[in-house]
Amino acid sequence: MYVPIPKDIPLPQPASLFFLRILVVVTFIVHIAFVLLMVGGSLFALVYEVAGLRRPEYERLSKEIGKTVTVTKSLAVVLGVGILLIMNTLYTVYFYTANALTGTAWIMIIALVIAAFLLSYAHEYSWDLLADRKGLHIALAAGAVGLFLFIPLIFLANINLMLYPDQWDKVHGFLSTLVLPNVLPRYLHFLAATVAVTAFFLAWYFGLERFPVDGALPGFTRPQLRRHFFAIALGATAAQLLFGPLLYLTLPAQTISWGMTAVIGTGALLAVGVLGLLWMESRAPDERVGNRFWSVAGLLFLTVTFMAAGRHMVRENAIRPHRALVEAKTMAYMKKVAADQDFLIIPGGLGGAPEPPGESVFKKVCAACHAGRSRLVGPPITLIQAAYKNNPQGIVAWAKSPYKKLKGYPPMPPQHLPEDQLKAVADFLLTAQALNM
Amino acid sequence: MDFPIFHLDFFGDRMLVAFIAILHVLINHAMAVGALPLVTSLEWWGWRKGDENWDRLVYKLVIVFFIVTTSVGALTGVGIWFSTSLVNPYAIGSLIRIFFWVWFAEWVVFVVEVSLLLVYVLLWKRWTGDRKPRHIRTGFFLSVASFCTLVPIVSILSYIMDPGLWRFDHSLFYAFFSPVYMPQLLFRFCMAMILAGALSLFLVRVFTKSDHDLRTRVVRFISLWILAWAPPFAFASLWYYDVVPKLMIKNLPVALATVEFQNLYSSILKFIVLSLVALAAASLWGAWKPSRVPRWTWAALIVLVVILTGQFERAREFIRKPYMLGGYMYASGIRVSDYPLLMTQGILPNSEYVSSHKVTPDNHLQAGKDIFMVACSRCHTLNGLNNMPARLRGLYGNKPWNAKAIDTYISTIHGARPFMPPFPGTARERRVLAEFLASLQTKRYNAEGAQTVGVPSGRE
Repeated sequence: MYVPIPKDIPLPQPASLFFLRILVVVTFIVHIAFVLLMVGGSLFALVYEVAGLRRPEYERLSKEIGKTVTVTKSLAVVLGVGILLIMNTLYTVYFYTANALTGTAWIMIIALVIAAFLLSYAHEYSWDLLADRKGLHIALAAGAVGLFLFIPLIFLANINLMLYPDQWDKVHGFLSTLVLPNVLPRYLHFLAATVAVTAFFLAWYFGLERFPVDGALPGFTRPQLRRHFFAIALGATAAQLLFGPLLYLTLPAQTISWGMTAVIGTGALLAVGVLGLLWMESRAPDERVGNRFWSVAGLLFLTVTFMAAGRHMVRENAIRPHRALVEAKTMAYMKKVAADQDFLIIPGGLGGAPEPPGESVFKKVCAACHAGRSRLVGPPITLIQAAYKNNPQGIVAWAKSPYKKLKGYPPMPPQHLPEDQLKAVADFLLTAQALNM
Repeated sequence: MDFPIFHLDFFGDRMLVAFIAILHVLINHAMAVGALPLVTSLEWWGWRKGDENWDRLVYKLVIVFFIVTTSVGALTGVGIWFSTSLVNPYAIGSLIRIFFWVWFAEWVVFVVEVSLLLVYVLLWKRWTGDRKPRHIRTGFFLSVASFCTLVPIVSILSYIMDPGLWRFDHSLFYAFFSPVYMPQLLFRFCMAMILAGALSLFLVRVFTKSDHDLRTRVVRFISLWILAWAPPFAFASLWYYDVVPKLMIKNLPVALATVEFQNLYSSILKFIVLSLVALAAASLWGAWKPSRVPRWTWAALIVLVVILTGQFERAREFIRKPYMLGGYMYASGIRVSDYPLLMTQGILPNSEYVSSHKVTPDNHLQAGKDIFMVACSRCHTLNGLNNMPARLRGLYGNKPWNAKAIDTYISTIHGARPFMPPFPGTARERRVLAEFLASLQTKRYNAEGAQTVGVPSGRE
């Protein structure tokens, strides 16, 4: 089977690999956290707005959740720049290859996110304006949510494709990368995480002393809201018990190692702890709801950290053998490049036997368009000799400012070479030797 | 050579980058770097005067800037990276390895800027009364952060214009201490202030349909703002104007290019003078008779400053050619140091994603097309912008195109056209490229990028 082995960019990494790998995991966690809150927040806002058609208190809830998206989406983008930067330098060959192979979809991310953001703003600032046209208002939210749910698929396809160099010559565009094993389970895993993390965040947000539940959300009590979102987080986390193993089992064999299994397994055990605490929270009496919040937060943070580390190990396992080949090939190539430096043959560069100045200028500047006896772009030298016999100064004057166009020929650009070079080339043009050019 | 070749054969790859980058620069300069200090000053003035209508008007401006910068502005910034990594992965990949920590610092500033922006905009209506000073202070720090986003990125832009002696010792010193760094930074900063002023005046007209008294006062304030920034803007433009040709002479000692450059460059001076006269006239008019100035004045001012900026960007592009990274990498993405090897051993055997790794008697046209894709397609297309058939028609007209003549032309192309890189391959490869190009007179080919057709499968 053919596996492409491209060469890497032969410049050193900006920091030690160990440090960059820590950085890639940390920046991924901060980015993905806000992506989850952005996608999840929009999704919840949409669902509650639809529910609000029957029960107005849900519409107010939707409005409050929508406000958080204004913040989380801007942070999701700006925090994404960090991980993008590190992916660029650490996985140059893999990342750029996947980007190019899904190029159309990849660049469309920009337009799609802009569209999603503008729809979100239109929705956010038109609650009063479209109060009587609920359908349209909901359609704005639905449009944004649709885009928010689609865009992660493009990222996923890239992040997945970069791991499998043996697939690079088999894909033809973005859609074909979606059918690679593991894409769908990763997406389901992402969706469940979106709901779980957002619900957990909202349980915190509506629990804030500063948040005026009584004023802003009549029809709900604070403990009731918090139990509601703890319960949703519980359900979504429970779904991960299904999606997690599905994801693990569909991983290609080369990505799995005992170390990675141990890390993911620890994450999964911690998630079971999260489940237990969430279950208790979702059933806690009014005065006690939220007491275990920070325990859940701590456990959840650890879970996410272990999962992100495991995810990084999957990537390293997949790439490691191929990267060794890429490094060897890059080194061998750079050795050949270095060996050939002594043999500089760039036209007009150093080295080679010295040529008479006229001939060398002719070859460098004029030969592109003029030849001895045949027409290239400009007239042949035979014609030039006929026109300027014994008149090299005439050629110099012409070359400096070609004032008219010869019929049937494209115009010649003025040649502002030093006087002595122009003179030398003019003399050369009138020799018999020039006719052999 | 070693990344799958993304290619837009109609739109042109460079156009994709240019479109996204120009949009980003204009939004970033006008609506963030320049707008944030302006609205903070406006807010402060309104607070001092205790004018609530004034404050409400400024808030409307802020909301417009907020919506545009956090959607189109932010995403086109990311888009510059996305598009450059598709179009020229060698160049952006090398730049990122070189400037990683500069960009990392830039990222940290971005995070601070966006966080402060969210606080500033979303708490505008809550931090009132006693807390107004705190809000204005936030605006001040936000303005500083926004200026700080220019500081690292201009160093990278300066490096691209003039890498100094970087290729000998790989030191970042040359980016920040480039002679073009300070003038460029100052030019962009002052330009941002003026653009923000003109744009705000335009918006103020829209938002003050009924309140003519308020309009008069705000227009006067912003006109004075523009007037105040005009002298530093004049100074910065002339300084920048003065420095750029010096780089040009240092980097490209090709006399031919100098003349073409001078033609382009003399038009910039005209635009500098024209913009400054227009600026002074419009802002004096606005300060003196605020209610009389028609709306198109500000639109015209915006257009003028945008054109001036565009001229400088063109000059920046011009002096860079034929290099992408001066003295290190050509516009094709091929490193200068790779030339000796590629010219002796060939492009094809050293490229991963080509359909054949050597020229054989029966693959001339396919090999020629592969060479075109590797060596030419970053700037040229077959059927769209800057396409080869049009170029060749310009040289050879409608007479039969002769492969041998084209071959000779390519062999000295960097002499005849100093903005073109020299041909990087062997004489044989040059010959099949010429044959392929000659065949374009009668044949049409699709040049589809890896994003649609993928990469060739297998090596022979």
